[in-house]
Amino acid sequence: MSETKTATFKIWRGDANGGEFRDYTTEVAEGMVVLDAMHDIQRTQAQDLACRWNCKAGKCGSCSAEVNGMPKLMCMTRLSDLPIEKPVRVEPMKAFPIIKDLITDVSWNFRVKEKIKPFKPRPPDAPDGTWRMKQADIDRIEEFRKCIECFLCQDVCHVLRDHRKHDEFIGPRFLVHVAALEMHPLDTENRIAELRKAQGIGYCNITKCCTKVCPESIHITDNAIIPLKERVVDQFFDPFGWIWRTLKRRLDEAASAKTTAARQS
Amino acid sequence: MAEYETFTHDVLVIGSGGAGLRAAIEASAAGVSVGIVCKCLLGKAHTVMAEGGIAAALANVDDRDNWQVHFADTMRGGQYVNNWRMAELHAKEAPDRVKELEAWGAVFDRTNDGRILQRNFGGHKYPRLAHVGDRTGLEMIRTLQDHGVHRGIDVHMEICILTLLKDEGRIAGAFGYDRERGRFKLFRAKAVVLATGGIGKAYKITSNSWDCTGDGHALAYHAGAELIDMEFIQFHPTGMVWPPSVSGMLVTEGVRGEGGILTNKEGKRFMFDAIPENYRAQTADNPEEGWCYCTGDKNARRPPELLTRDHVARCIVREIKEGRGTPHGGVYLDISWIKEKLPNAEEHIKRKLPSMYHQFKALGDVDITKEPMEVGPTTHYIMGGVHVDPDTEMSRVPGLFAAGECAAGINGANRLGGNSLSDLIVFGKRAGEFATRYARDNSLGKIDNRPIDIAVAESLKPFKHDTGENPYAVQRDLQELMQHNVGIVRSEREMQTALQEIQKLWDRANRIGVIGNRDFNPGWHTALDMKSLLTVSEAITRAAIERRESRGAQFREDIPEKVERFARVNTIVAKSEDGAMQVRLEPLPEMPDYLKRVIEEMR
Repeated sequence: MSETKTATFKIWRGDANGGEFRDYTTEVAEGMVVLDAMHDIQRTQAQDLACRWNCKAGKCGSCSAEVNGMPKLMCMTRLSDLPIEKPVRVEPMKAFPIIKDLITDVSWNFRVKEKIKPFKPRPPDAPDGTWRMKQADIDRIEEFRKCIECFLCQDVCHVLRDHRKHDEFIGPRFLVHVAALEMHPLDTENRIAELRKAQGIGYCNITKCCTKVCPESIHITDNAIIPLKERVVDQFFDPFGWIWRTLKRRLDEAASAKTTAARQS
Repeated sequence: MAEYETFTHDVLVIGSGGAGLRAAIEASAAGVSVGIVCKCLLGKAHTVMAEGGIAAALANVDDRDNWQVHFADTMRGGQYVNNWRMAELHAKEAPDRVKELEAWGAVFDRTNDGRILQRNFGGHKYPRLAHVGDRTGLEMIRTLQDHGVHRGIDVHMEICILTLLKDEGRIAGAFGYDRERGRFKLFRAKAVVLATGGIGKAYKITSNSWDCTGDGHALAYHAGAELIDMEFIQFHPTGMVWPPSVSGMLVTEGVRGEGGILTNKEGKRFMFDAIPENYRAQTADNPEEGWCYCTGDKNARRPPELLTRDHVARCIVREIKEGRGTPHGGVYLDISWIKEKLPNAEEHIKRKLPSMYHQFKALGDVDITKEPMEVGPTTHYIMGGVHVDPDTEMSRVPGLFAAGECAAGINGANRLGGNSLSDLIVFGKRAGEFATRYARDNSLGKIDNRPIDIAVAESLKPFKHDTGENPYAVQRDLQELMQHNVGIVRSEREMQTALQEIQKLWDRANRIGVIGNRDFNPGWHTALDMKSLLTVSEAITRAAIERRESRGAQFREDIPEKVERFARVNTIVAKSEDGAMQVRLEPLPEMPDYLKRVIEEMR
């Protein structure tokens, strides 16, 4: 008979006032993921061990934590991919305030999203109120729309994690969100000015840590952030573009003044 | 007296999946104040897991499609015990609801001429499912969430509702606790919309999230509303079976829509063996025709893998029971075979079924572009739920509305894939609209503190017996019981046993003890979910006993045939004066002639 394999987990237990790592040992079954181990531990040893989860299928992005120092979805991290001969360290995300054990207060992310200008479509293309879009034109944003809002990219980003710039920088998740809106073929809104100022895109120095931890394999830096940075540069740091836009605005204003005057006369 | 924080809204929506968000958006657009209570974080509700698509007769891919065909398909799939009016409204309104999602920023896959692409699905005569690869639910919930957060809706995250409150018979609000700190919350409201989703966690093997504990079903029942069709539970034919850690995880029907075939361990494609009579005319009788259908040939009939879910699930159970299953107790689902037909099959599969590819690769060590998957039935959906008026979604409790999976009527004895996401937005919108009207016509009800004090005392009881029953053990024992005794194959004897065992589990649930304090304590939360789980389990069992026949999703091995006297009735579960659960049969509403003609024409 084969010997039952076990694994030891060093799990951070505590709250905003502090805490410590505690050891728990569980049996290992085939195909087991870290979240299974947390559930086993809840059932048998620590009923009140707090961890967030919903779908347990990598689709809802609730069970984010740090496993052996790496930001991970616990439901998609298999024990067979970890060196379980050594204790596995499981702790909460660092970029957000702690609530209890593995749970952090991620509400800041929801507040950030509310401040981003919503989708504003052009008038419908067809009389029945529908639009026409080519598949090729939406492939790019379908990648961004895969995001499950697990906030692991926010967790790993040094601007948030180490420098705590939550008031000045929206983080990779919301740069992806802005990219999805800006590159939506139907959208007519312009979000470039606030990207530069309030949303702090300049803080990102493209170290690509966010891309590395994304469980949906979204090319956050290459496909979302860098093109957005280019748009910011085009709009604000290109002298010829600036002259042209200023000129165009003046001409437009003059033209519309003329139209108004003509209408009023 | 209990301490609690009070919030006041015109309309309170309980549940933040597709139906809840759509209801909240509708109500806020109409100008009333709206609060939405989420059991989890916003955007994480079970809708996120829907894969295949949204059924709507847009006729973008096949111009023969229209609401009549969709209506007839839905009724046939539901074995004609659906509420005809809901099926009619659903088929007529789904296209507008899908177009509305696009106007709010949803990005569906496209046809060559740039319109919303539609795919084939079980039981739908024409390609009808608007989709985004195999992550349509995520697209829907994110679109509604992102649209909703700009509309001034008050979002209350990680709140569980313990009880609904009434004032002389009408709804007055809801009372619950926050999961973060265990603080009690009172939500006063003129109208309440339940949109709490399903009951999957009453079963051991399920595709459902942890929070699908039937809260809305139970809250409505205890508040005096009726539940109908509770015996009809959909066991999705294809869930993962291996490794154990992922058993029950959904494998989308889209795999079969794209040409995936079911085979047993002998390599036989067994679905050709038992095509039901009422589907024979529209089902392919050879593999070649089935493949042609999947590639969009309008003259081909659909392959038998795309028969309704109840039927496919039973065929799979038959193969396994008769010893032709796979090593881990399932059957094979193979999409990799299409490489015989398509030069770029591998890329095609990854593009059409990205989540499935990823799910099997990451969790099961299976490359679905190269080898078959092992699959078996998993508890997926409940057709039964709160009995509502088909037009307004109001229950018999004035001011209490329900929409989405926790409401019932549209699906009858079996739901077609894709009809759930459309149900959420069609009836979510209606619930929001009519809850708003109700809120405009009524003032806030008075709050009686007695039921609040009882709810507080009941919910804190587990802390008093810290040496009591383990909440996880009680929950698991219920799941085992329902899985084995009220599962995919049922009998009177096993279900009577289940009823007795459920009584014992009620007693055990009353003795649950939890350790720790009220701060984010999953043991305590699990203990508090038991009331909902036990209520719905009992309702399912009693309704399944009462329907003495096999129809749609209910299969009784002791009565394996349809029985005429159950062909035109619903089971109704309600709480009697003395608090006992009662079941009765009630005739279906009479279908008008113009709809009978539609059904005749589509036979």
